[in-house]
Amino acid sequence: MTGSLARALGVSMRFGSFTAVDSVSLAVDKGEVVGLLGANGAGKTTVIRLLLGLLRPSGGTVRLFEAPPTVGTRRRVGYVPQSLGLYTDLTVAENWHFTSAAFGSPRQGLPAGIESHADELVGALPLGTQRRVAFAVALAHRPELLVLDEPTSGVGPLGRARLWQDIRQAAEAGAGVLVTTHNMEEAEECDRLLIMVDGVVASAGTVAEVIAGRSVVEVRCDDWDAAFVALDAAGFSVQAHGRTLRVAASSQDVTALLAHEGIASRSRSVPANLEEAFVAVVTAGSVS
Amino acid sequence: MRWGLDDVTVRLGGRVAIIGVTLPVEPASVTVVVGGDGAGKSTCLRALVGLVGVEEGSVRRPSKSKIGYVPATAGLYADLTVDENVAFSATAYGLSGAELKGRAGRILGLVGLDGVRDRLGGQLSGGMQRKLAVGMALVHSPELLVLDEPTTGVDPVSRAELWRLISRAGAEGTAVVVATTYVNEAARGSAAMLLEEGRVLISGAPEGIVGEVPGTLGRVRGVSQPTAMSWRRGADWRVWAPTGDLPPGVTRVDPDLEDAAVIAALASEMAVSS
Repeated sequence: MTGSLARALGVSMRFGSFTAVDSVSLAVDKGEVVGLLGANGAGKTTVIRLLLGLLRPSGGTVRLFEAPPTVGTRRRVGYVPQSLGLYTDLTVAENWHFTSAAFGSPRQGLPAGIESHADELVGALPLGTQRRVAFAVALAHRPELLVLDEPTSGVGPLGRARLWQDIRQAAEAGAGVLVTTHNMEEAEECDRLLIMVDGVVASAGTVAEVIAGRSVVEVRCDDWDAAFVALDAAGFSVQAHGRTLRVAASSQDVTALLAHEGIASRSRSVPANLEEAFVAVVTAGSVS
Repeated sequence: MRWGLDDVTVRLGGRVAIIGVTLPVEPASVTVVVGGDGAGKSTCLRALVGLVGVEEGSVRRPSKSKIGYVPATAGLYADLTVDENVAFSATAYGLSGAELKGRAGRILGLVGLDGVRDRLGGQLSGGMQRKLAVGMALVHSPELLVLDEPTTGVDPVSRAELWRLISRAGAEGTAVVVATTYVNEAARGSAAMLLEEGRVLISGAPEGIVGEVPGTLGRVRGVSQPTAMSWRRGADWRVWAPTGDLPPGVTRVDPDLEDAAVIAALASEMAVSS
């Protein structure tokens, strides 16, 4: 793990008797996009604050650019909160120059993607454009590590695709990117994922590794509505995708129930998607 | 078309919010309206339930007492308990006595909040608040259930729970309309509509939408020269050829809903700029 931009080794954070983060290890390397996932309260924000040195860990080691985090090392980080942190009553150009000055960067022109909006007030721009501006502003001081909180939430499909293009471009230029999200569409854009449950890393790896051979039962039948009600009423974890049902259960149990209810159906086991895997990881994690 | 919007245009404060939107909504089905913030989703839903007037076009909706509507914010009273919230909603729809008690009990069981009946609405987690709001909108067994971004900002476990409730309502015969910013949720319903800047980009059954994507779509690991017709999907690129063939070295892939949405937005941009 040497050479990591940000690294946590067995890091814990206790607030009084409450353990918010428990022995978490993670690393963000140059050029990669890492997704930190978890429900609200799982500990994502605390991990970020620990990595940036805004909190001192109760245990374990945090390294930012191979050294304990300080105000100096934090200058090498770019952060885009969900609230974007832009001044909505200033123009795009004013936001850009103000932030550059605050970081002591030399005065420079606006990047191509946002130049056409230079004289517009940020507050008057569509959300997707505001997010692009926030991202460009966070990149202005050429940070080596980018921390992004749900970077594309609320943005339409094309706006999202363009934002991810910007993010990938930054990674390919050598930055490490840490994305915190509970949006599975964003998670699927990442190279690696860490899923946090109750302060612990419950699963880690690529999307394929997190799904890790998990499967669900896909049910097709003419009477999807009757099948859905029967499965739901019997306590199965069932989700409809159009007229196709997906059930987190054994194929035999599903087939037996539907046969008992007199509903003709065809069932087969199919690989789980990331969302289903996430629910399985979180549900298992909170039981233990 | 049983309920829905027919070629509807709505102007808000002198600005066109939606233009020429047709949104059919059928009983026993879930229709998903997808778009970013400001695309016009809420306006469609508000026009459907009668909260905003339409400038052009027509709206078909059941009588007010047969509609359940949950706005994007709130939808419940923070200083009432879970029980009181449901009872308030039921009373507002004219339920009383044993019928109210029976319906309220069934709804709380369905949304999984029986265990927290005495908790204040404001003290519930975000996901529980959304489930309570959906329950309150369902208590009078509406014919039309309209939910504005019920899953925005909600964690995946609560999101799955909410979709279970939404599908259950559709399976039991309700005409359900759900607005969302998540494109992958379009696959949840039997029909989907993608909005951008107040206009319909694509609509229809999800399988039809992905089946009717124009041109050819491909995947490639790296592109030397990104064009307007290429975008990122994870570490890969997607390349779209609107008419002819894909460039050499690009592998053809079947589009999913997200690809279909991006392509529709690109095609619309091209049409505007040409």
